Amino acid sequence: MKLYLKVWRQEHRDSKGGMISYEVDGISEHMSFLEMLDLLNERLIQKGERVIEFDHDCREGICGACGMMINGRAHGPLTGTTTCQLHMRSFKDGETVYIEPFRAAAFPVLRDLKIDRSAFDRIIQSGGYISASTGQAPESNSILISHEVTEAAFDAAACIGCGACVATCKNSSAALFTSAKISHLVLLPQGKLEAADRVIKMVGQMDAQGFGHCSNTEACEVECPQEISVLHIGRMNYEYNKALALRK
Amino acid sequence: MIDAKIPAGDLADKWNNYKDSSKLINPANRKKLDIIVVGTGLAGSSCAATLAEQGYNVNSFCFQDSARRAHSVAAQGGVNAAKNYKNDGDSVYRMFYDTIKGGDFRSREANVYRLAECSLSLIDQAVAQGVPFAREYGGYLNNRSFGGVQVSRTFYARGQTGQQLMIGAYQALMRQVSAGKVKTYTRHEMLDLVLIDGKARGIIARNLETGEIERHVANAVVLATGGYGKVYYLSTLAMGCNSSAIWRAHKKGAFMSGVSWIQFHPTCLPQIGETQSKLTLMSESLRNDGRIWVPKKAGDERVPNDIPEEERDYYLERRYPTFGNLSPRDISSRAAKERIDAGCGVGPMKNAVCLDFSKAIREQGRDKIEEKYGNLFKMYDKINGVNAYKEPMLISPAAHFTMGGLWVDYDLMTTIPGLFALGEANFSDHGANRLGANSLLQSCVDGYFIAPYTIPNYLSRELKSEKVTTDHPAFIDAENNVREQLNRFLNLKGHLSADHFHKTLGKLLYDKCGLSRTRKSLEEAIVEIRSLKKSFDHELKITGDDGVNSELEKAGRVSDFLELGELMCHDALQREESCGAHFREEYQTPDGEAVRNDQDFCYVSAWEWKGEAVEPELHKEPLVFETVKLTVRSYK
Ligand SMILES: Cc1cc2nc3c(=O)[nH]c(=O)nc-3n(C[C@H](O)[C@H](O)[C@H](O)COP(=O)(O)OP(=O)(O)OC[C@H]3O[C@@H](n4cnc5c(N)ncnc54)[C@H](O)[C@@H]3O)c2cc1C
Ligand code: FES
Repeated sequence: MKLYLKVWRQEHRDSKGGMISYEVDGISEHMSFLEMLDLLNERLIQKGERVIEFDHDCREGICGACGMMINGRAHGPLTGTTTCQLHMRSFKDGETVYIEPFRAAAFPVLRDLKIDRSAFDRIIQSGGYISASTGQAPESNSILISHEVTEAAFDAAACIGCGACVATCKNSSAALFTSAKISHLVLLPQGKLEAADRVIKMVGQMDAQGFGHCSNTEACEVECPQEISVLHIGRMNYEYNKALALRK
Repeated sequence: MIDAKIPAGDLADKWNNYKDSSKLINPANRKKLDIIVVGTGLAGSSCAATLAEQGYNVNSFCFQDSARRAHSVAAQGGVNAAKNYKNDGDSVYRMFYDTIKGGDFRSREANVYRLAECSLSLIDQAVAQGVPFAREYGGYLNNRSFGGVQVSRTFYARGQTGQQLMIGAYQALMRQVSAGKVKTYTRHEMLDLVLIDGKARGIIARNLETGEIERHVANAVVLATGGYGKVYYLSTLAMGCNSSAIWRAHKKGAFMSGVSWIQFHPTCLPQIGETQSKLTLMSESLRNDGRIWVPKKAGDERVPNDIPEEERDYYLERRYPTFGNLSPRDISSRAAKERIDAGCGVGPMKNAVCLDFSKAIREQGRDKIEEKYGNLFKMYDKINGVNAYKEPMLISPAAHFTMGGLWVDYDLMTTIPGLFALGEANFSDHGANRLGANSLLQSCVDGYFIAPYTIPNYLSRELKSEKVTTDHPAFIDAENNVREQLNRFLNLKGHLSADHFHKTLGKLLYDKCGLSRTRKSLEEAIVEIRSLKKSFDHELKITGDDGVNSELEKAGRVSDFLELGELMCHDALQREESCGAHFREEYQTPDGEAVRNDQDFCYVSAWEWKGEAVEPELHKEPLVFETVKLTVRSYK
């Protein structure tokens, strides 16, 4: 099939970008979206042009690198899917497709579709861990955790840090990302001790990075490739208020 | 001769003896020592975090935009530990034995025993960090089993075990960043190793965001840069996986071992077209409940569901009645290739076999299967648009795990003093074939429990060594070499992309040094790779500039893959036996089983770089088996 692409090209962090049109034919429905971009890039090389830069690695939907906006939606038209897992059978011959980077003040564009998501790392650095140094852990079956609690913690821990939640939010809020970590750790007995300190620091860091506030639009849940629930945001708010109320 | 420095004493005591006698460094002195850790996968993150906890200054590098995205995140099935929670007869010794046997008696006893021993602490460590491993309703940890063993010792977190362990290690690393003990350099690629007085003292890295070439100095360098299965282009690995870090260290004098031992994973999605960039792995755990078959009749055109039971060949159950669908990977992969080559393959390219859940669904119910493997079925549907609850999955073997890598001694130190290699980047522990769920384990224990003892043991001797700075001529030289190569790539006026060379090399290796090899195919491959390298040196075309440029990154990696590919063929050529993942067609039984030759080949090959297009030099580390008897590996 043949597609008409409009791709965001931007030289550097500080340069002005714009949409450039490309026509790509010979696309098979089995290709992934990224393989379609590979095909275009191969042709750009043949023409002596600079390739379109985009982030990607695992191409299995798990590393969280490949986020981009496709026709205005984070990771494209499907739900619960990353860009690398999106296949061309989801598009029609002759369609025009708009491709842009994830946009947020806290995610500056590096070049074309590549963005800087290090703000997420800084949120985790502020407290998104359990302070367990190596070599002092007790026998693992001495911490009993019910099946249901493990599964619930897992549902939150499954976040891949792709940034779709931020990109799709009208306020560029990182509430879903941050709350997933809060939920993952607070549900588990090991994570409870540091819960109050953690939530205060992480929420503070999220604000300091320039992410916006959550106004409960719930678009993040719709676009999350891991289908992380907005209920975690509710839990984060509860934990935050509890921590403030009980703070000594 | 190279010395593996295996400690004295009984097998079960060696590691304790080592720890008891290794040198300690006073906490006040630790602050004065800098360590570079390249790689933030399970091996790199765990090592960097642990060394930082001990008080050393750590600089951590990875080429991804965040440490959390290292390839370990993609591992699905699980991680082994000899906890014997199922009371099914598991023990450290049994795990050691399964691993030695699984590796076809081509790994070191002492290393493998230590792996099994440390497996117990790893699960505890991960649970303490909040890794949500699967649990029974009563709250206890759950297990399942993997290929090549008859006990349930695999701990898992749905089909995302690697991700969860990775998040645990990443969080431990981030904790040290906030404590100021680790500095992370993400989007940085190591492009050379710097040696001073014969010791590893630093690296040259390219900042992939700005294109700047940077010099970094340290008292020891750790490479935890993962595997090189991507040398085949089509593989289960992430697109960025490469061999550059270990290869450049090899060219600086570190030996490479077991290079041709590359595991083809039996349960991957088959290739369906020419533009495909990777082959997706479906977790091996599926083989616990899925049955593998092909039509009995070659060239059967019917869709799998139309083929009646009696016309199906459950070839693994037929050939290996004891282990059946859980036969080890090398055996399962070869058996699939054998049936596909015999014309019994299914799917559009006739290159696949069926992995069928209908019996399991009938017996256990769809809910149970969904609970165990739901995400894998979803993934299958996303990629293929097929509902595998209703039709068998189509699977095929694909290049996967590299047992080969930098040669290391018991300390995980390479032949270059001060240069350590951890995780998939080293050759140790797996022999000629890795058992499922042992790699996450190896990466983690190397990083959490082994290197944090052996690196300080080395550093204790370095406290008095001369202080060097990045102004040292060795840094200047290394940086100039890196610049020169990058400029050459940018100025070549060829007409072929880096991907073109990568794909050509991959296909060549797959055909001639893949699931099976012959003297003839390997000799041909060496000649062809050399000529491909020549053409690469003249006909490569890189567009763009020296800033953010993924084509420039690829060019360096492909250049290294071309040289590595040649070494793989030398390694496979001189090993005139079949063992584990290395199947030389000349050495097989009449019914197609591998024939090992312990008389002549019971050693680890350790190759020394002698220059481009020059035969590498072979060194041998004899494998001494004190505890186990070498037996023919049978899964019948
Ligand atoms: C799809 C898949 C599924 C798997 N499933 C399982 C499983 O179920 N169980 C199991 O035990 N094993 C499994 N494995 C194997 C296992 O995941 C890997 O062997 C293991 O994770 C390797 O970890 P590592 O830390 O050595 O390397 P990696 O996780 O690959 O990390 C490599 C790191 O090195 C960095 N790096 C590389 N080169 C450079 C450079 N030049 N400069 C800077 N940084 C560099 C990368 O950025 C990355 O951070 C699986 C593998 C695959 C591919
Ligand atoms: S490339 Fe890893 S999630 Fe898409």
